[in-house]
Amino acid sequence: MTRLLPLALLVVLALLPLGLKDPYLLNALITTGIFTIGAMSLNLLLGYTGQLSLGHIAFFGIGAYVSALTSLGFDVGLPFGLRVTHEGWPPAAGFLLAVLIAGLCGYVVGRLSFRVRGAYFVIVTISFAEVVRLVALNWIELTQGPLALTSIPFMTLGLPGLGEMTFRTKIQNYYLVLGVATLSYLLIARLVGSRFGRAMRGLKENEPLALSVGVDATRTLTIAATVSAAMAGAAGSLYAHYIRIIDPDVFLFSYTVTMVIMVVAGGKGTLVGPVIGGLIFGLLPVALRPVMAPEAQWIVYGATLIVILFVMPRGIAPALAALGLPKRAPAAPKPEPARASS
Amino acid sequence: MDQLLQHLVNALVLGGTYALLGIGLTLIFGIMNVVNFTHGALYTVGAYAMYIAAVGLGMNFFVALPVAVVAGLALGALIEFTLLRPLRGADIDTTMLVMIGAGIVLQSGALWIFGGVAKAVPSPFPDAPLQILGASVSWLRIFVFLAALTLIVSAYALINGTRLGRAMRATFQDHDTAALMGVNVSLIYTATFALGSSLAAAAGALLGPVYVVFPQMGDLAAVKAFAIVILGGLGSITGATIGGFALALAEEFGAGYVSSGYRDAMGFLIIIAVLLVKPTGLFARAERIG
Repeated sequence: MTRLLPLALLVVLALLPLGLKDPYLLNALITTGIFTIGAMSLNLLLGYTGQLSLGHIAFFGIGAYVSALTSLGFDVGLPFGLRVTHEGWPPAAGFLLAVLIAGLCGYVVGRLSFRVRGAYFVIVTISFAEVVRLVALNWIELTQGPLALTSIPFMTLGLPGLGEMTFRTKIQNYYLVLGVATLSYLLIARLVGSRFGRAMRGLKENEPLALSVGVDATRTLTIAATVSAAMAGAAGSLYAHYIRIIDPDVFLFSYTVTMVIMVVAGGKGTLVGPVIGGLIFGLLPVALRPVMAPEAQWIVYGATLIVILFVMPRGIAPALAALGLPKRAPAAPKPEPARASS
Repeated sequence: MDQLLQHLVNALVLGGTYALLGIGLTLIFGIMNVVNFTHGALYTVGAYAMYIAAVGLGMNFFVALPVAVVAGLALGALIEFTLLRPLRGADIDTTMLVMIGAGIVLQSGALWIFGGVAKAVPSPFPDAPLQILGASVSWLRIFVFLAALTLIVSAYALINGTRLGRAMRATFQDHDTAALMGVNVSLIYTATFALGSSLAAAAGALLGPVYVVFPQMGDLAAVKAFAIVILGGLGSITGATIGGFALALAEEFGAGYVSSGYRDAMGFLIIIAVLLVKPTGLFARAERIG
């Protein structure tokens, strides 16, 4: 069941655009997909190591800016009379650099901030995101500040067999996002199932015990933070080349909160949780849009977060699994005798 | 020289309200161990309560101020009673996420009710500023500084000199023993959270008339409050007071002599630096929770 659900979800998502021609809905699905990748990457840290990063949007934003600047090119003066001039590179190179540099930032932040835990880690990560936002706002020569980076080129990939492909239309971008999301999902599943995944969960459940059996806490947490940040950077790059305009508002705290709500509501520490949470909270604004103002939507978001924490503290996915188990158990032997014998 | 003095005067005025914010949060975060993401929202609520009372209801400025503080007190008590009390014993992350949810509801509520356009609260003082040795300060700012100082001293006296304060300190030092000695522990939790919230609301009500009132004003205030608490050491009221003035000085001189664009980055840089270099804060108690 738990193996089939993601596969079924993937098939439904892959077939969805065939029956769906509404560009507004398609756009909502693409941005939802991008933020779901962000939520999956956050889940790696929050769900599996138990460390809540409330500055996660920083890595997303860094990915977006790196990718945009790599493909647009820039000309920046540095101290001591140095000057860096960069001609635009293909967006695919921007994507790779976004992943690398966001990952590097995740490594540095993790390396420095895993000296503290819990609430202190949360506050260090918020501070990091805000400092990055202020740099994006004030380093006008590089980032254009509040004027935003505009005319970011479409993503272009050299695909084997298909040749050079530019992701211009919504449908193309939809499948691009779905592809990256699937890869991210598989990578996380692989990572979590490995020895390394057990080390992460060990640290979350009982750090002194994990240390006593030889888990290197700082190393494990730093690797998790690096992978998580790199994945958020990939999502940011997709965002930059899809929306094609980014300003320092991509670093806003509310985006991090959106991702946290997706993870917590869906079920932290589960593979499908962030996907379910991402789809619900990514598409909730679409459902609420005809009935209420955006400010009121955020009230619903906040209230939903509180209600979910009170009613299903572990999230929707584990709650569904718990609902399904007792019903399924007696019914299972009848239709599937093969499974009952094994 | 004139400029130096002007910056110093500005920092003093700002520091008073920062200290109020910090003391409020050090009670909740440092002593109750609740990572309070509603602190900024309560600061906003205080400012809007001031606006409603003074502009909407036409109250006298000096009557509106205590009304705003009481509003913060009541809202804080309500939050503790409805959200935190059922979660006592839950892990710190769950509580923190619930507080984030509550903060979102409060902030979006303010945006929904009052709109995004900033509101001004008129000052009852003469417009002409006071000149001291070449620096100029508005009378309103002098009043804000003195009011903040009065509240800081009152909070200090309440916690260190009264039975209620002693019950608070006893409860958070050893919850069970305090209960055995006849302290109504649940009431103390509510009272402490309400007191911290009212100080945040007071800071908002005092700074609202100096600047403008808008729904997102609490965002930066919240992070600054965390910076002050971390700088001063968790649970230390003296530390929070000194931390508040230190942050104001850093911001004012950073903006004046380094770059005004990075003024608000000072708080974040202080947090990062303190946690990385001396994670116990500058004036911490011996033991640190977390």
